[in-house]
Amino acid sequence: MNIFDIIGPVMVGPSSSHTAGAVRLGNAARAILGQPVIEATIGLHGSFAQTGRGHGTDLALVAGLMGWPTDDLRIPQAFDYAREAGLHYFFRTIDAGDAAHPNFVKFWLTGQNGVKSQVAGASIGGGRVVISEVDDFPLAFTGDFPTILTLHEDRPGAVAEVTGILSKCGVNIAQMKVFRKNKGGLASMVLETDQPLAEADLAAVAGLPMIKTVRCIHAISGQGV
Amino acid sequence: MSLAKLSLAEWITAAEAEALPFAEFCLGLQVKQTELSSAEITARMEAMLAVMEESIAAGLKGPRSKGGLVGGDARKLQQYSQSRQKTLMGRFSGKAVAYALAVGEANAAMGRIVAAPTAGSSGVLPGILFALKEEYDLDQIQLAGGLIVAGAIGMVIASRASLAGAAGGCQAECGSAGAMAAGAMVALLGGTAAQVGQAVAITIKNMLGLVCDPVAGLVEVPCVKRNAGAVAQAIIAAEMALAGITSVIPVDEVIDAMESVGRSMHCSLKETAQGGLAVTPTGLELTEKISAR
Repeated sequence: MNIFDIIGPVMVGPSSSHTAGAVRLGNAARAILGQPVIEATIGLHGSFAQTGRGHGTDLALVAGLMGWPTDDLRIPQAFDYAREAGLHYFFRTIDAGDAAHPNFVKFWLTGQNGVKSQVAGASIGGGRVVISEVDDFPLAFTGDFPTILTLHEDRPGAVAEVTGILSKCGVNIAQMKVFRKNKGGLASMVLETDQPLAEADLAAVAGLPMIKTVRCIHAISGQGV
Repeated sequence: MSLAKLSLAEWITAAEAEALPFAEFCLGLQVKQTELSSAEITARMEAMLAVMEESIAAGLKGPRSKGGLVGGDARKLQQYSQSRQKTLMGRFSGKAVAYALAVGEANAAMGRIVAAPTAGSSGVLPGILFALKEEYDLDQIQLAGGLIVAGAIGMVIASRASLAGAAGGCQAECGSAGAMAAGAMVALLGGTAAQVGQAVAITIKNMLGLVCDPVAGLVEVPCVKRNAGAVAQAIIAAEMALAGITSVIPVDEVIDAMESVGRSMHCSLKETAQGGLAVTPTGLELTEKISAR
């Protein structure tokens, strides 16, 4: 903890959890899709569904999907800008169960070239967020660090090959976790790193035989001033 | 996330041992913590101050809030104060309260603010700091020092108690903001490090038990006026501390008391809109109207 955790972030009001956190969830979802969003169905759960409109949570989520920062003064007009940009958005209320965080959202996204992604996460207070699901994979990362997200075959050596490349290019891993749906099937690695991964190194990871896809999400929090 | 407990008393003792003004001592702590230079930290604080100043100006224009429950009160108070030779609060407090209301109203209208420590309590520090700037001729670098003291106090509170209404009620948000502002004010007016601690202790003692009961769950009623209340408490505590009045209960123990009060507070009074003002007949009627829109 340091002073910038207490003084800041600079944000558009009225609520750090319902507004700033919602922008960051949108930012994360767009980064995971990896391209401009043309269609978004946004499922709101719990407090996001109940008091979200009064907090501008809906505007903030759409602003986040357009890649805007938490302090963008256009956020109150985000719907108009989205229409202009050709982003079609639909809201619905979802029930993610009692165990889900009260500020939980799920995005079903379609990108410019037809790519689809599902992303879910929660705003956990003070503008901080946790992504808990990507394309049906349950996982967990905060976006506080540059994050590498893989989809790979669940076979021995997959983790070593990826971490080998990071080691060679001097990228330090802060946290890492591996998730899979079933043994020997598809798995996902989440690597949170201290340094961002260069394009060429990302391409090297993508070129590994066991890797199906790899995505790189730059740190989305701590935008401050 | 559990944090190692910090101690304001320890920092005060250390600052006195090094014979450093408290603002300078706190800046030194942040240099170690962030690995940024003191000039970089001060520059970032000045950038935050610029946003705070803009949010005061935006709020004084009287914007209407998202939920429609607040807006225009900062301007009302400013116009009233400016039209009178003499007011109950006097020039300094009148300005500080008007500016705090302004930021609260700008926040509720989706204006740009600095969460300090939260969006709901974002009016308190700008209110105090910019009233000080105008009435005591302080410059932006001095104000940045005040903000750094405020941030250090906030870190101690975050580590021993909470800054979130959902965890500790409004005492954790407006109470903490008031304590941070009181300490900053004492430091900026030449008080000692020990007096900073007294001001923090007295502010929190006077705001202990304050519940978080927002109508319709929105950061509007009573949040905006509670920012004004916290400004008043901060001024009272700072002036008492500068006069040499001390808190019988030491500052770290007062913060611990806030934590235990927050824990024993019923959850209907911790940002759930299930208790207090939120469930008064008028509060419920407004909730229904807003959700029907």
